[in-house]
Parts: sequence; structure tokens; C-alpha cells
Amino acid sequence: MSHTMNRRHARGLHSAQTRAAWMLVIPFLVVFATMFLVPLFYSAYLSTFTSQLVGGEVFSAFANYSRALSDPSFWGGLSRVALFLFIQVPIMLIASLFFALALDSGRVRGGKIARLLIFLPYAVPGVVATLMWGYLYGNNFGLIAQVFRSLGLGSPELLSPDKVLGSTMNIVCWEFVGYNMIILYAALRTIPRERYEAAEIDGAGQLRIAWSIKIPAVKQALLLTVIFSIIGSFQLFNEPNLLYNIAPNAIGTDFTPNLYAYSVAFKNQDINYAAAIAFLLGAVIVIISVVVQTIVNRKEREA
Amino acid sequence: MTATSTLHTAELPQRKRKRLITEDRRRSTLLTVIVWVCVAYFIVPLVWLALSSTKDNTDLFTTFGLWFGNAFHLFDNIGTVFTNSGGLFARWLLNTLIYAAASALGATILAAMCGYALAKYRFRGRNAVFWLIIGAIMVPMTALAIPTYLLFSAMNLTDSMWGIILPSLVSPFGVYLMRVYAQEAVDDSLLEAARIDGAGELRIFSSIGLRLLAPGLVTVLLFQLVATWNNYFLPLIMLNSEDLFPITVGLANWQMAASGGGGAQVLFSTVITGSLVSIAPLVIAFLFLQRYWQSGLTAGGVKG
Repeated sequence: MSHTMNRRHARGLHSAQTRAAWMLVIPFLVVFATMFLVPLFYSAYLSTFTSQLVGGEVFSAFANYSRALSDPSFWGGLSRVALFLFIQVPIMLIASLFFALALDSGRVRGGKIARLLIFLPYAVPGVVATLMWGYLYGNNFGLIAQVFRSLGLGSPELLSPDKVLGSTMNIVCWEFVGYNMIILYAALRTIPRERYEAAEIDGAGQLRIAWSIKIPAVKQALLLTVIFSIIGSFQLFNEPNLLYNIAPNAIGTDFTPNLYAYSVAFKNQDINYAAAIAFLLGAVIVIISVVVQTIVNRKEREA
Repeated sequence: MTATSTLHTAELPQRKRKRLITEDRRRSTLLTVIVWVCVAYFIVPLVWLALSSTKDNTDLFTTFGLWFGNAFHLFDNIGTVFTNSGGLFARWLLNTLIYAAASALGATILAAMCGYALAKYRFRGRNAVFWLIIGAIMVPMTALAIPTYLLFSAMNLTDSMWGIILPSLVSPFGVYLMRVYAQEAVDDSLLEAARIDGAGELRIFSSIGLRLLAPGLVTVLLFQLVATWNNYFLPLIMLNSEDLFPITVGLANWQMAASGGGGAQVLFSTVITGSLVSIAPLVIAFLFLQRYWQSGLTAGGVKG
């Protein structure tokens, strides 16, 4: 008798908990559905139409996608951000890892202040960072050109077509080295000190400890920074869009896929095609993120 | 990715004392010099910005960037920033504050409720919800911005404050962070005790759960605050009226006007001083709140 009552009581409790769980989850899910899923489906729907001068919008299935896949502007932007990814991301993450290791080792005088100052650019909005660097690069009153001229060298022309990608890389490095450093530093702090105190007693040098103990221990944090950087590189927009204002000839409207989607949507007024480009770009990012994660995790399992 | 045990990194006082003694011997001059030279790279642009804000437009062009100009014009410049284009700058600051506060508060509450439920209840569909959120983290926000704009323009919601606030209420990463945090910080036995006392589930969440989640809430709040404060792409496409602009879009417009030459109505010195004024609140907030960043990032499952 009491046994069945207990069970009934337990079931009642359980359903009360299930109800509470859904009441807590549903507000987020409702906003998520309307602000995330619906826009995605709506633009997927729009991307299957083509607007024509005569006859308005016509269903065209995947025509916008095949157009994008043979569009040199789309590919140009995509290969530019890929180049960005292969050059800028390693430089940035190696710098972040170096600072994180140096500050974690406790061998830097004033390390706490240094950590804060390196992280500080993250507080500066990308728009302001680009504005500021854009002026620093410029020939008018740019600090860099001033220094070059005072040394008797010519102006470096950092906003010329062949240098502007490198100049953009520098801005992104400046903004995000500190952010990635903090992620890696936080992960380094979680390694139990005993693990390398023992190695120190055995006579292992600091570099050796960093390489064999610390870096493997923060592999997952590194993976996280890599994924975030891949996503960030492919959606590059703020920096090139603002540099475009001061160097339109060097940047162009198809410098990155996002910039291209923006100008297709708002300058050419071709919303359907822009939706297809945004969709393709999203797909590329998700696929590359998943591939990188899978490769890293498989290697880990093999090791 | 699993939860971490990194929320409890407070070290034993005994060990700390031992470290302090050995610390002096361990300092490396070489490493100190290298790191501090690099620090200069991160700080010089900001110093330049601060110094340039004290110059009038002529001194900007004629004097060396890393020193003061012939006269000190900081307050004149700030005055110009706030009176230029009919005092729009103050309006932009206020808008940014409204967007950032509304989005951060809303997103944090939604994320806390959802993350807590995912961490603390077993219910059918829980895994499906969780994987949906994990998948959403990978969808880039700017790839979503154009679709959101298209939907909002179909509903006539563009060029309104809602166009900025509503999309910013969704923070899948915030839900993920809160779930990890709730697993760590909210003890099941505490919830059981409250249940035996007869407290309702929602009551337990609001009186016990939220209090224990407080440090995690601050972290998510800060992240969302910075994300909205920095947002440029979404307001750029969503808004047409200048008096709805956040500071990022407003400054970018001024920059364009200043670079345009010809009939430019905005001076470079105004753009530069405006930039300084707009970053000052965040930089100060960062310096004071920095420990929350670190604890939050640690909690974010970075250890996998």
C-alpha cells in the first residue's frame, strides 16, 4: 500500500519537474525559433526565387546557388578569407599561446598588468579599432607614415591594394590576441601545479614543460580558439567595410563574402541572390568547423 | 564537451605563500622585456587616440602623433562631438546603452532559465534541445543578419529599436555557458532539500538556482553587453534613421563624411575624439570587472 503510494508520489513529482523544465526552456525556444529558425527558413525560401525585370519574382530552384558557385566575386572573396585564415589565424594564436604561457609561468615582472593591457583591445569595438588603425595607416597624419618619413624612408602605403589584406590582418590580430590569450591562460591555470613541479624536480626545462605538459593539457581550449577564429575569419565584414571608406580602390565591394552579400543585397537590391550567398557562406563555415573538430578529436583518440 | 572543475581554482593559502617566496628567484628578465615590448604594440594605438583627441584638426596633421599638439583642445573637441550634427552623438550613446542593456538582460535571463533546466532536469527532448543549441553556436551571426533583415522587412519591423533588440535576445553560447555553470554550481541535494520542504520548482529556481548562478549570470551578461555594444553589421542593415543609430554606425558615418572631403561637415578631430569618448565606458568597465571575464571563460568548458 505504502509502496504504491510512494510510486504514485514519485511519478507526480517527476511530472512536476518535467513541467517546470519545459516552462524554463520554452521562453528561450520561442525566441530562438522566431529569431533564428524562422529567418533561416525564410531566407532559404527566398533564395530559391529570382527577380526579373519582367514578370517579377520567379521560382528558380537552385539557380541562385549555381550562379554563386560560378561567380568570380564570390570565389574571390572566399579565397581571400581563406588566405586570411591560413596566415592571420596561426600568427594570432601562436602569439596568444606565447603570452598565455609566459604569463602563466609567473616569470614576467608586472605580469598581471601586462595581461590586462594585452586584453584591453577586446574592449574596443571593431568599428573603433578599424577607424583608429585606418588613421594610423594613412598618409595624412598616420603615425606609421610619420615614423617612416622621419627615418628618411618613403611612406609605406599600407592601404594600397597589395598591402591592404595584411593591414586588415594586423587590425584583427590587435583586437583578438588578448581575447584568445585569456581563454588559453584560463585553461593553463586549471592544470594542477603538481604535474609540472614533478617534472621540474626531474630536471625538465621550462620550454620542455610547456611543450610536453602545458600545451597538450590545453588542447581543447586551443581547439575552441581555432573554431572561433575560423568563424570570425569567414564572416569578416566590419574591418574591410570601414577601410573601404578610406581606400575604396584597394578594397572593392567583393573583398570578403560577407561584404559581397551586403553589397548585393543593399546596393544591387538583389535580395534573393544575397540570401543564397549568406546561406552558402554559413554552410561553408559549419562544414569547416565540423571537419576541423572531427580531425582533432580523431587524432586525439588515436594518440 | 563536458563540464570542468575549474570554478574552484582558489588555491590553498599555504601553497600561495610558498610560491611567493620562490617567485622572486623565478623572474626572467628576457621574458619580461619581450612581453612588455609586445604590450607596447597593444597600447600605442590607444595612447595615440588619446593624444590625438587633444589636438585640433590642424595640429593633427602637423604635429607628431605620440605627443601633444601646440594647444590643448580636448574639451573643445568633446564639445564639438556632442554638438555636431545637432547633438546626435549623445542620442547614439543613449541608443547603444538601451540596445546593450535590453539585449544583455533579456538574453541572460532566457539563457539562465534554459541552461538551468538543461542541467538540472531530466526530461524527454532534453538532448534534442541541447544539440539544437550546440548546432546554433556554429552558425555565424552575420550569416544570420541578412536573413533576419529580410524577415523583419517583410514584417515592417526594420528601422525600429525592436529590429536590434529582438535578434540580440538569442544567445546559444550563453545557454551553453549557463548549462555548464549550473552543473557545477547548483548542488542537487540542495534542490532535493527544498523539494522536501514543499517548495515549488519555479520557486526553487528563482530563490536558490538564480542565487547560486549569480557569478555565471554576470559573465553571460558581460559577454552579451560587449557583443551588442560592438554590433555593427545588424544595425547597419536594419536601421535608416540617424536618431536610431548605435554609436558604431554613427561613428562609421562620420568617418565616411570626414574622408569624403569636399563638402565634409565632420572633422577628423571630431571622429577621433568621438571614438575615444565611445570606448571610455567599456575600457573602464573592463578594468574593474576583469575577474569575471576570466572565471566565465574558464567555466565555458574551455577544458573540454
